[in-house]
Amino acid sequence: MPLYRADFVGNLAHDEPQEYLWTMNLGPQHPATHTTLRLVLKLEGERVVDAMPDIGYLHSGFEKLGEHLNYNQYVVVTDRMNYCSCVANNVAWHLAVEKLLGIDVPPRCQYLRVIVTELARIADHLVCNAAVGLDAGAFTFFMYAFNPREQIYRILEALCGARFTNSYTRVGGVMYDASPTAISLIREFVRTFPRALNDMEQLLNRNRIFIDRTKGIGVLTKEEAINRGVTGPIARASGVTRDLRKDEPYLAYRDFDFDICCATGGDCYARYLVRMAEMRESLKIVQQAVENLPTGPVNVDVGLRVTLPEKPQVFGTIEGLIQHFEILMWNRGFQTPWGEVYSAIEAPNGELGFYIVGDGTDRAYRARCRPPSFIHFALFPHLIRGHRLSDVVAVLGSLNIIAAELDR
Amino acid sequence: MSSTVRYLQEVFGLLEEYEFRGQRQVVVPREKLFELLKFLKETCGFDMLVDVTCVDYLTYPCPPRWGRFGLVYNLLATETGERLIVRTFCDVETAVVPSVVPLWEAANWLEREVWDMFGIRFEGHPDLRRILLPEEFTDHPLRKDYPLQGKGERHNLPVITRAEG
Repeated sequence: MPLYRADFVGNLAHDEPQEYLWTMNLGPQHPATHTTLRLVLKLEGERVVDAMPDIGYLHSGFEKLGEHLNYNQYVVVTDRMNYCSCVANNVAWHLAVEKLLGIDVPPRCQYLRVIVTELARIADHLVCNAAVGLDAGAFTFFMYAFNPREQIYRILEALCGARFTNSYTRVGGVMYDASPTAISLIREFVRTFPRALNDMEQLLNRNRIFIDRTKGIGVLTKEEAINRGVTGPIARASGVTRDLRKDEPYLAYRDFDFDICCATGGDCYARYLVRMAEMRESLKIVQQAVENLPTGPVNVDVGLRVTLPEKPQVFGTIEGLIQHFEILMWNRGFQTPWGEVYSAIEAPNGELGFYIVGDGTDRAYRARCRPPSFIHFALFPHLIRGHRLSDVVAVLGSLNIIAAELDR
Repeated sequence: MSSTVRYLQEVFGLLEEYEFRGQRQVVVPREKLFELLKFLKETCGFDMLVDVTCVDYLTYPCPPRWGRFGLVYNLLATETGERLIVRTFCDVETAVVPSVVPLWEAANWLEREVWDMFGIRFEGHPDLRRILLPEEFTDHPLRKDYPLQGKGERHNLPVITRAEG
């Protein structure tokens, strides 16, 4: 589309009615999209008439890989989906595998998984809100948010050695038990984070510029949210009172006292507020979990033949050695039933589900991931229609699109 | 729940219904799919379409007898929290299924992804284009006869040098 009409003869008079639309390309490499996605916007002046998302730039065939890697290997790939909250993906994947196998993990493992999932939720919400703030011009807020995020990564590092792509879970357990260092780091985080959260809320909750940029922008009604399959904080900001942690409690979520945060505005500001409130609730869960952490094993009994036995058992007993080989040998592995399960968790972004088809081997026959970002990005043209060009980044930020999860 | 399934059985003639790990799945003939989903949405309260996906049973050890591709419609009733998985089957020659976009807007991109990955056409879809793969791509990579490392598409991509770009 040319910038001017062919018969344009000078005189940039803006009061003339515009008879043509401008096409603007945003992305795939643009600092305001934060990830690799492309939008083609049709503009009438500064008003967005239509938006056409073009995705697939980060498509790397994760679902195809899932059919070729075994259930423990694939956890590494799930890390790369929503890389702002890797552990939540790990937990989602292995919960689905355990549902297929029909095993329950021991209480200590459930609590540890709850702790890491909630920490991941806090980290994800911090990044998302920080990015919304950054795009709306609140740079200080961004810095305030990234400081506690660093603390969370330090905790995860103490738990499993990796900061970013954790691969913390295993079929029937977790990689390592929590060390006293990790526990004390979590306690310290629980103590210090409320203050950081208060600071952040004071910076932005009543900030006139931020409210002007986000209030009434990208409104999603409750009916539309349900019809378009929206879940997670975005749905809750539109008044859908649904949270899988309460509605279909998995792991140990029944044991904890926490609230579901909802709003009725359905706009970018409501989504921001819901995420801020959810961080407080997540912190409550982390605190309760770490103070009531049960003792006992973190992995299921080795008799179930899904986890590796402890090293002293391997070296000291014949049964342990046999178990070790049974798991590791390429033609043994563990056996799955011929069945299909769908299992979902409340990931920071929404319902993250895995549909696994088992075919008897230790590899999934089909490993479908139901990515919340994919469903949410489909909303984007609907939300942005009629808004200004500068609102594009506000809406995009509040949807929290992670392109790696979007394209898989 | 079971009364709903019994009703579905009578009205739509389900091919099969079973439960595995507490999840109910019903298999419906392809011709009845749209009617059944419409009934579930409008009468039974399944107002959210969580996921649409597909499984290619080409190399499955015990393939279902209804066809090679098994479509999965994952439904949820947001009021009651009930879930139901509706399956329908088709083959390569008959890979056309009615689109459910008129019922749920959520199906739009999900069906495009199934078309992209499995090559199943959705009749009545407003905009059935590839979504993740480039337009020029000719194959459907999540089919089981498609190799993991591809069929050499990457080698044939046009190379843009710095001088041209």
